[in-house]
Amino acid sequence: MQTRLTINGTDHSRDVAPATLLVDLLRDELGLTGTHIGCDTSQCGACNVLVGGEAVKSCTILAAQVDGKAITTIEGIASGETLHPMQAAFREHHGLQCGFCTPGMVIAGLEIVRRHGTDVSAETITHDLEGNLCRCTGYVNIVKAIQAGARAMGEQAHA
Amino acid sequence: MRDFDYSRPTSLADAAAAFANGGEAAFIAGGHTLLPAIKSRLRMPDTIIDLSAIPGLTGVSREADTLWVGAMTTHAVVALEAGVISGLAQMAALIGDPQVRNRGTIGGVIANNDPSADYPAALVALDATVETDRASYAADDFFQGMFSTALADGEIVTRIGFKIPQASAYAKFRNPASRYAVAGVFVARFGSAVRVAVTGAGPAVFRWPEAEAALSADFKPAAVAGLRLDDSDLNTDIHASAEFRAHLVGVMLAKAITDAR
Repeated sequence: MQTRLTINGTDHSRDVAPATLLVDLLRDELGLTGTHIGCDTSQCGACNVLVGGEAVKSCTILAAQVDGKAITTIEGIASGETLHPMQAAFREHHGLQCGFCTPGMVIAGLEIVRRHGTDVSAETITHDLEGNLCRCTGYVNIVKAIQAGARAMGEQAHA
Repeated sequence: MRDFDYSRPTSLADAAAAFANGGEAAFIAGGHTLLPAIKSRLRMPDTIIDLSAIPGLTGVSREADTLWVGAMTTHAVVALEAGVISGLAQMAALIGDPQVRNRGTIGGVIANNDPSADYPAALVALDATVETDRASYAADDFFQGMFSTALADGEIVTRIGFKIPQASAYAKFRNPASRYAVAGVFVARFGSAVRVAVTGAGPAVFRWPEAEAALSADFKPAAVAGLRLDDSDLNTDIHASAEFRAHLVGVMLAKAITDAR
């Protein structure tokens, strides 16, 4: 079936089988492999993307369900060579080791800012990362990175 | 995934017609139960009918002593907008995780009636009404057993009306991986009458009449301190024994009474 999506600001129209998951369309059809498949059971958050600005798990959505919607993946948040403040904060605060969960963590960070603002507490971040798994870091630096990224987004908004 | 046909009708009548013509058909709301079930081949529908384009099925609104929630309303929206029933907003914020709450819907949860789902406890404790495209049910009659409801084949939940209590709370001991309830207790006080609904512990949601009677006389944890739920009908699985669940229900009940506001 014909499915139209705006992905990272670019319109795409693809003939996809109805059973195609959004994450499979992104990775296999469009080559956007920054969105990862970890558990494939909506637990780990590696497949997080933004649909209409809200974070969702793209392993548990049909591409057909988001027909006509605007999708943002990890590939769509930097400005050219300049990292998004949330990405830069993960690098600065060593918020990753192997990096597999990182795209989903960055998207979760953006969702946390959307819902709680840029002045968000470490406690709130810790609680709201309940849908994202990292097997390397122990989360401490991820929480630091998201808090720093949120602050930087606030400063950028007021600059 | 195994392939299927997909349609997104724009009216309840068209959705019902698509279901009737669809062979092994399934409605999809948020899809956070159905799609995992299809992946694991617990469900193998030939046709999926997406209810998201039907107008009038989302939102939270108050009408006198009832809070109406559209069937396609997400858990995230209920958590934000159902604050007039604090236990309901609090319960919605405990479902899954933030990403899941952006997709999962109240209608999808109750039509599925998973024994460990949270919403059935809220509906039963808040003496809710379930409206569909063809009938209306009291929550006590709607939930009929494990994964079983009063819904006929092809019947579509349209909205749920919650009676607004004086105080309410939900307490949940959750599985840390799935975030489903190992045991969950919803308490609601209407004047001096108290309703207690238990989920996660048995084959389906149920009320606890002895606790309701004790709390209707005295709405304090001490009033139920000596009560113990009979565990003969409770679930035993890899997560918890029936005996442990019976204990957890008592602990969750005390917590819910303390948290009620």
